[in-house]
Amino acid sequence: MRKIIQYKHIIIILALAILVLALPFATDELLGRGWVRILDFALLFIMLALGLNIVVGYAGLLDLGYVAFFAVGAYTYALLASPQLGLHLPFWIILPIGALIAALFGALLGTPTLKLRGDYLAIVTLGFGEIIRIFLNNLNAPVNITNGAQGISQIDPMHVADFYFSRSHEIFGISFHSVHQHYYLFLALTLMVVFVSSRLQYSRIGRAWMAIREDEVAAEAMGINTRNIKLLAFVMGASFGGIAGGLFAGFQGFVSPESFSLMESVMILCMVVLGGMGNIGGVILGGVLLVVLPEALRNGAGPAQQWLLGRTLIDPESLRLLFFGIALIAVMLWRPAGLWPSSTRRRELEAVDGVAQQEQDTVYDAKH
Amino acid sequence: MTPNTNSPLLQLSGVGKHFGGLAALTDVSLHIKHGEIYGLIGPNGAGKTTLFNILTGLYQLDAGSFSFAGNTYNCCKPHLLAQAGIARTFQNIRLFANMTALENIMVGRHLRTRTGVWGALTRNAAARAEESAIAERAHELLRYVGIHRPSHTLAKNLSYGEQRRLEIARALATDPTLLALDEPAAGMNATETESLKALLQTIRASGITILLIEHDVKLIMGLCDRVAVLNYGKKIAEDQPEAIRNNPAVIEAYLGGSHA
Repeated sequence: MRKIIQYKHIIIILALAILVLALPFATDELLGRGWVRILDFALLFIMLALGLNIVVGYAGLLDLGYVAFFAVGAYTYALLASPQLGLHLPFWIILPIGALIAALFGALLGTPTLKLRGDYLAIVTLGFGEIIRIFLNNLNAPVNITNGAQGISQIDPMHVADFYFSRSHEIFGISFHSVHQHYYLFLALTLMVVFVSSRLQYSRIGRAWMAIREDEVAAEAMGINTRNIKLLAFVMGASFGGIAGGLFAGFQGFVSPESFSLMESVMILCMVVLGGMGNIGGVILGGVLLVVLPEALRNGAGPAQQWLLGRTLIDPESLRLLFFGIALIAVMLWRPAGLWPSSTRRRELEAVDGVAQQEQDTVYDAKH
Repeated sequence: MTPNTNSPLLQLSGVGKHFGGLAALTDVSLHIKHGEIYGLIGPNGAGKTTLFNILTGLYQLDAGSFSFAGNTYNCCKPHLLAQAGIARTFQNIRLFANMTALENIMVGRHLRTRTGVWGALTRNAAARAEESAIAERAHELLRYVGIHRPSHTLAKNLSYGEQRRLEIARALATDPTLLALDEPAAGMNATETESLKALLQTIRASGITILLIEHDVKLIMGLCDRVAVLNYGKKIAEDQPEAIRNNPAVIEAYLGGSHA
């Protein structure tokens, strides 16, 4: 029995690996190159969502300013590899630096908010996100650091020695376009983030996070140093955001404060909540859906109306938001724990059903 | 560790606590000896739970101090007191509801184990050994307190009595010297109370000192070596159970002046 399960696992993993590796080429073939770019963004957002999942999903600390860490990572990359400060460090040095600086900002946000819970924490983190964005917007005077609202452009593309991810390459007779190469780079880092997340989840640290999420007072009384463990959650989550931000800057070649608005924080939080808080698979699913579906609606809504009604009744852009809102409400109504809830939550639903069944049986026995 | 039986394990001297104008505790002094079961009773609102919260660091005291195992405290963080060896349960059960029974106990092992981020990421030999030791101890404690359910049952799906026991198991997982139980028998039926009594006696026999808040007089009388009575935040009596039962001040506190 156990062997069968193992074989099943191996087959599923192999199938998934092939699917994920072939995805950019299949997408390129079927939907066009623009969609491969969307896939790249989906991977970036998966990294962000997994980072936020540590703070919100594991430790239960509602953070509405998570995009700030994304911004810190992106601007770290932009400043260290562009004509803005005249620095041109390679990306594999900048990414760890970005992660570290973002982690530092994580601690900076975490320290004053240690005593806050629930709504209060949410408001303070929201403010923190806005502060970072406004700083980036205004740090162009008296000394021009961030170039203000214009943002930083001409950011160096990512490269290892002479291998530029932004140029097409021919490898083993297959031609890899820039978006394909970025896809595999992002995929590798996403896998790393998944690995770190899952190892932490099933460890002493992960249990401590979940204990704090469930009951902070009890966790404290059981000897958990809640200050350090909460700070660790902020720091780990922030560092993932920093890495994603660095990749974003290198990929886009341009960053400006408007990419880091409150709306982005809300989107990342939606990915975590809709997909299934605390479950890595669910968070990935949420990330993919919330990047891909809006794009599909944006590109598909106009032609679909033309075909059905003969003209464009509703602007595709507003239709996109409408659909998005309906989808959110539907998920909240029918799958409150997320599309793919964590196994504990699934177990708990099953167990509750078991108890209900037992009670029904008792009632039945009493009647007959 | 060999307990020094001459000096008390826990010594409170002049402990006071007030919330605004309300004096919850006034000048409470008492001591608990190694290995005894010490009962704390009193009418509702007498300050029993406040005293518990001070001992476990959830409240900071306003006056006096207490010493535990030779160290004096007058303010402390909860996790440091847990580290020092005071573990508690809560009057209104505070389990980690969405974690499994086993995980709840494993959390209790947190402060006696060391694996950090690096160990969690690499899962090196030390981390694996520690993790399996944690799980083994948790299984052991689950059986010890008498929960015979699949260990992956969620805490909130356990029966009421089992939840009370799980709280005790979680507290025991921290390797305490003093186990502080806040109304462990509340809401239990006679059979459950009886088996709880047996469990507490087993725990005491293993060398752990117990501080017990309880309303179930039969349990207190049958179990405790000494009992203190609080009323309006003051200690009005401290004696052996039999003497407490006949103490006029205690009778007055519970039944009112006319019976004194």
